[in-house]
Amino acid sequence: MKKKKKWYDYLWIWTILYFALGFFNILFAWLGMIDFLLPLGFAVFGGNKWFCNHLCGRGQLCMKLGGDLKCSRNRPTPSWMYSKWFRYGFLIFFLAMFGNMLFQTWLVGSGAANLREAIKLFWTLRVPWGWTYTPGMVPDWAAQFSFGFYSLMLTSLLIGLIVMALFKPRTWCTFCPMGTMTQGICKLRHRSHAD
Amino acid sequence: MSERRRNNSSRRFAKVNRAVCVACGTCASVCPKQAASIKNGCWAEIDTAICVGCGLCAKACPADCIALAERAVAG
Repeated sequence: MKKKKKWYDYLWIWTILYFALGFFNILFAWLGMIDFLLPLGFAVFGGNKWFCNHLCGRGQLCMKLGGDLKCSRNRPTPSWMYSKWFRYGFLIFFLAMFGNMLFQTWLVGSGAANLREAIKLFWTLRVPWGWTYTPGMVPDWAAQFSFGFYSLMLTSLLIGLIVMALFKPRTWCTFCPMGTMTQGICKLRHRSHAD
Repeated sequence: MSERRRNNSSRRFAKVNRAVCVACGTCASVCPKQAASIKNGCWAEIDTAICVGCGLCAKACPADCIALAERAVAG
């Protein structure tokens, strides 16, 4: 029995589009804030993970590539990867890197640092990305945020694709910082039902 | 009781280990009978009356928190 497809079953296209747009104009990186704020909104106000379960374009893309296109080895995910220690540890690391990105944005905004037209992959590898931005289009801090945020989004996508190829299509979901955070919020909201 | 529950004569059903489940919803997206759902954003839940024990959810689960169990035989 095939399930009838809904509009949100095609959101994997949005993920491809998002990264493609950032390749031409880095300011489109701001659109990624939707993927940050919506899951939190659903968890805080709705007490659910509806975003992860239905709207996550990244998860759908991994299912498409790893499942439909068979780009995944479909091996069991190592248990440490979905252990609480790793999940919450990765969440803390991710939030620290997000904070660092905001700090860099503030430094540029206050004039203490210059705009760096590059993205950083895996928080270490600097990749020139200057063709995607014409200086003066927006305040420097807004451009710096775009470069920093796109770096974060691209890095997490690459990690997701690597673990998708090595393990199961949606292995990324086991330690996705947004998923960990929203599940934590939901468990707090429904703690009377939780173990 | 709905018809698909009455017609369910499977010997196995899927069982979720709540302590490990990350509530990603993969099981719900692959379940052909729509027996899996995410309860309150906390963990997956399987409607055992609908589940036919096909094992698709267990195979797809990235956290390996779904296992198949045998149904108790009545009588």
